[in-house]
Amino acid sequence: MKLRGWGRLVAAIPLLAIVFLMSGCSTDMGVLDPKGIVADQQFDLIMITIVISIIILVPVLGMAFYFAWKYREANKANVEYKPNWSHSTKIEAWMWGIPILIIVVLGAITVAYSYKLEPSKALAAESEQGVKPITIEVTSLDWKWLFTYPEQGIATVNYVRFPEDVPVEFKLTSDAPMNSFWIPQLGGQIYTMSGMAMELNLMASEIGQYQGRGANFSGEHFGKMEFIAEATSQGDFDKWVSDIKQSSPALTEQGYDELAEPGIVETNDTYSSFPEGLFDRIVSKYGSSHNHSEGSEGETSSEATSSESGADK
Amino acid sequence: MWEDIKDWASGFFVTGDPLIYGADVAIVLATVSILFVLTYFKKWGWLWREWITTVDHKKIGIMYIIASLLMLFRGGMDALLMRTQLVMPDMEFLKPEHYNEIFTTHGVIMILFMAMPLMFGLFNIAVPLQIGARDVAFPVLNSLSFWLFFMGAMLFNLSFVIGGSPNAGWLAYPPLSEKMFNPGVGQDFYIWGIQISGIGSLMTGINFVVTILKMRAPGMKLMKMPMFTWSVLASSLTIMLAFPILTVTLALLFIDRFLGAHFFTLDGGGNPMMYINLIWMWGHPEVYIVILPAFGIFSDIVSTFAKKKLFGYKSMVFALMSISIVSFVTWAHHFFTMGSGASVNAFFAVSTMIIAIPTGVKVFNWLFTMYKGRISFKTPMLWTMGFIPCFVVGGLTGVMLSVAPADFQFHNSYFLIAHFHQVLIGGVAFGYFAGLYYWWPKMFGFKLDEKLGKWAFWLWNIGFYVCFMPQYVLGLMGMTRRYSTYGWDTGWFGLNLVSTIGGFIMGAGFLVQVWQILYSIKKMDKDTTGDPWDGRTLEWSIQSPAPMYNFATDPVVKDVDDWWEEKQRIAAGGKPAPKPALAPIHMPKNSAMPIIKSTFWFLAGFGFVFDWMWLALPAMAGVAITMLCYSFRYDTDYYVPVEEIRKTEAAAGRAV
Repeated sequence: MKLRGWGRLVAAIPLLAIVFLMSGCSTDMGVLDPKGIVADQQFDLIMITIVISIIILVPVLGMAFYFAWKYREANKANVEYKPNWSHSTKIEAWMWGIPILIIVVLGAITVAYSYKLEPSKALAAESEQGVKPITIEVTSLDWKWLFTYPEQGIATVNYVRFPEDVPVEFKLTSDAPMNSFWIPQLGGQIYTMSGMAMELNLMASEIGQYQGRGANFSGEHFGKMEFIAEATSQGDFDKWVSDIKQSSPALTEQGYDELAEPGIVETNDTYSSFPEGLFDRIVSKYGSSHNHSEGSEGETSSEATSSESGADK
Repeated sequence: MWEDIKDWASGFFVTGDPLIYGADVAIVLATVSILFVLTYFKKWGWLWREWITTVDHKKIGIMYIIASLLMLFRGGMDALLMRTQLVMPDMEFLKPEHYNEIFTTHGVIMILFMAMPLMFGLFNIAVPLQIGARDVAFPVLNSLSFWLFFMGAMLFNLSFVIGGSPNAGWLAYPPLSEKMFNPGVGQDFYIWGIQISGIGSLMTGINFVVTILKMRAPGMKLMKMPMFTWSVLASSLTIMLAFPILTVTLALLFIDRFLGAHFFTLDGGGNPMMYINLIWMWGHPEVYIVILPAFGIFSDIVSTFAKKKLFGYKSMVFALMSISIVSFVTWAHHFFTMGSGASVNAFFAVSTMIIAIPTGVKVFNWLFTMYKGRISFKTPMLWTMGFIPCFVVGGLTGVMLSVAPADFQFHNSYFLIAHFHQVLIGGVAFGYFAGLYYWWPKMFGFKLDEKLGKWAFWLWNIGFYVCFMPQYVLGLMGMTRRYSTYGWDTGWFGLNLVSTIGGFIMGAGFLVQVWQILYSIKKMDKDTTGDPWDGRTLEWSIQSPAPMYNFATDPVVKDVDDWWEEKQRIAAGGKPAPKPALAPIHMPKNSAMPIIKSTFWFLAGFGFVFDWMWLALPAMAGVAITMLCYSFRYDTDYYVPVEEIRKTEAAAGRAV
């Protein structure tokens, strides 16, 4: 237990250095400043691994520099020189044993957390009773993010809003080369891939604006694939939804096709409605072609996709 | 007519950017001056006989090293261009399109055309000498490997001025690398450049496995091999198993692009995820392919400069071999975020962590080799001392990345970038530099200036930490890789500025190294002993540079560090081991087949890139015909007469 306190102390040094470097600016510290239930646990896990790493690092570096210093050729003091000493069962048992032990501990922690933080696992258990999760569908396009709210019936581009302390079930796909959906302060990322609907569960524990990023390279203007995720109170969220319903235009099929064209958007547009089942159609337009042999339905839709890609050529 | 030609040329050549025109001029000038010098000094025949058609492993090694240093220059320039673009927010130094090309070529060049050939260069220089062989098992194949690598690298680099560079990242994930999203020729240059050099890499792997298993000097049991030779065996076995995966994967991608198949496309039943799995099944072992020989180099250097036997030889061998096996079951840790589920992620997380065990053991082996030794800090040892802390930190951040649930926060961020540069620069590059300094006298017969070497070492080391430590923090702040610009509101400015400064310090380190080489050539501090470091293994028992036939008589090995033990026996008043009488030495003859066949491959690759079947098909026929003709060649070897051996040995001051 003595070691743990010591390890914590050492772990604090780099963190203090970072805080020092960043002091004075109200910078978004991303992963280091978690604001959501998933990011909190990932932060803890990162800290555990940092502490374990430092427990290994300090003695190894100490040994390296001490041995190099003590046994340097220029050392005039009478130090031992044993040119033929090359084996010690005891030392070798330790140098295999300690890494094995550390990896067993770290491995056990990792396996436990892998199940605990599985991104597709719903967060209902962690939220207060009676809070209904909200579903938001995410589609990565070239080079923008489309968010559709199946329950509210609205859609947004490069901006997503949800109430705080409410579990958010993101369903994600792509209508372009794959990308990765990441809001560092709320929790880890997941790939958006065409032909499948991925799932990511997050929950913000504080009101605020959080930077969201595309994290997997997807072509020319990939650098512009940033979005803002904003957590507000339930009341503000409801008002925002009804404002959009009243004042924003609808997203039509044609509007979606135009949006999906490669290019960047400068404004974070909002839409009062979107075509029924848009997200599922985006998923199935690629996904259904996986089962060529499963009857005529698959056949027709795969034909549809190939004629579409033909248009690209 | 003229308009047609102009039209065609503006599509064929890369145009539009002053940087490119500058490079065009430099390339033309350099080529013209090389051709002029060769012609003026009548060196064409010399070049052909002594280098291009040579099958001597030492010369092939030198050619690998020269080529890889040129590629290090190009890859390094790419890196500095990127760091310049990122030095402050909203920079407009490079357009996004250009930036995407640069990080793609930087990655490909540094791994495949810099690290791999530098590694093969060191294999070639050291392995036959360490095991007491006269050449590798298949000398002509070795030459073919080199020329295939060289032609592949040239084809890839050609995309800089002709057709356009690839821009889909160094592993070219589909669907981005498919025709649908990437209609240009850049991606085809990528495929063919890597395919052609990849065949060479696979053959080198086979060549060195056979060389090490079959060509060792009498008495050298497997467990008496130098540790570098062990590491080459581990690395070569991994190459043999991993590179075919790469070849097949890129072949499938090419079939998609060329014939319109649907292996990895979005439509028609294709599955890009399959590509990502396949490419990392090669890509992960590839990382260990390049790091294992560095481990071997450090092992040899530590025991040489500590003047002490390597601690835990058996542990070391076991660690090397287990790493090369386990490296094949960790690939999915490159995409924990693909949604494979908790069980799959947990498996690959744990398998990745398991690799940390033998790797950690090696560090202890080196430390206990230093313990109770007598360490002198010449440049090779200095790089080793720089490596240990750097690699331990890099290894630990690697373990952090392997914790799958935490990786959801690290993935594709600058944290990852900092990690792999730390193990690739701090491990691989430092290791190969150490090896280069270590074996340099054996290659060229003179030593490199120590003082300039120390300058280079400190510039590289300080530059490294200044460049990459801030990137760990940037990654945690949410900076993702491959962003060509970022805004002022991100708060990333300060750390990026520091990082760029570090990059340029490393660039200065490289320049000092170039200066060091030129200065040392001028100074010509000859190594007359053949054993400048008081070495332990067989390569130091012969003159520097090694004669064409390596060993005048076959060495007979009794101990692990045979040359060291022999020196100890003589120092204790014993007699040198008796040498057998000189006998004619059986050597392979030069061959022009490798260069001809590789040139045909180059032409075929170029033809396939531009869909010019009139070029590609005859060139492929040329490949087949060269292969056929070569198989009917019987005049492949000769004997070096005793008189010539005696003369060569006497010229180096060695009695025989």
